[in-house]
Amino acid sequence: MYKVKVYVTLKESVLDPQGTAVKKSLHMMGYNDVDDVRIGKYLELSIGETAEQLETMIEEICSKLLVNPVIEDYRYEIEECVPQ
Amino acid sequence: MKFAVIVFPGSNCDVDMYHAVIDELGEEAEYVWHDETNLDRFEAILLPGGFSFGDYLRTGAIARFSPVMNEVVKAAELGKPVLGVCNGFQILLEAGLLPGAMRRNDSLKFICSPVLLEVKNSNTMFTNQYAQGELIEIPIAHGEGNYYCDEKTLAELKANNQIIFTYHSENPNGSIENIAGIMNKQGNVLGMMPHPERAVANLLGSHDGLKLFQSIVNQWRESHAIKA
Repeated sequence: MYKVKVYVTLKESVLDPQGTAVKKSLHMMGYNDVDDVRIGKYLELSIGETAEQLETMIEEICSKLLVNPVIEDYRYEIEECVPQ
Repeated sequence: MKFAVIVFPGSNCDVDMYHAVIDELGEEAEYVWHDETNLDRFEAILLPGGFSFGDYLRTGAIARFSPVMNEVVKAAELGKPVLGVCNGFQILLEAGLLPGAMRRNDSLKFICSPVLLEVKNSNTMFTNQYAQGELIEIPIAHGEGNYYCDEKTLAELKANNQIIFTYHSENPNGSIENIAGIMNKQGNVLGMMPHPERAVANLLGSHDGLKLFQSIVNQWRESHAIKA
């Protein structure tokens, strides 16, 4: 069994209005050292260990559905785990 | 002329779209559920607004994989008019039928309000009943209408006159170049955030959207007359 952790983030060149709002709020709370906030998504996929060409499959899944390559980047981590 | 009104789980402007075609335009329309696999009987395709699949993941991201979308792509390749409004526009972007992507409104607010649009290109199958530069009032209702594309794409949109509508005087969502609606290069797929189907009679506050539907019919009749 694999646990795949996918992190989806807005591209550097794309403004993040949600992140900006959170940053303003942090500044109002007094956390003025926070220079920037970027909001992204975190997804966990559980994939059976019989899956072949795991990385190719994950990259396909990301580029087809999980990520919009026009505005988003992604990275992922694969963990092998023992089913409970 | 027969229009398909595509209905996804979570569409909520399908009835308005149907009403615009049947009652105000006086043409034929049929609701088409998103698992349909044949659109041959239709001359035009309408993707209505709403919150298809709850806007999960990204707006339009899941709807683009509905079975009917293969047929929408085919219809677009055949040159049939395809109009996506609001969530329909977002689906067309995700499906790659139009370039670019949607971001959250820069105010982070869902905005429901009439806005002024400028017709930037009246020489299309969607806008031939408008005058170039005409100002029209059409309502918007969206939380993610902040259109984005990279500079190369923007240059192409401009060079090919693919920017069809822009917000006039005030940009409600932060979209680049005040973009409210764009067309594909071939000129038969239009996506727009404002809702022309909600502005088809004075009773609704404006009838400025009706000419968009009339333009589609006008173009279709002309091309048919030539073929006949």
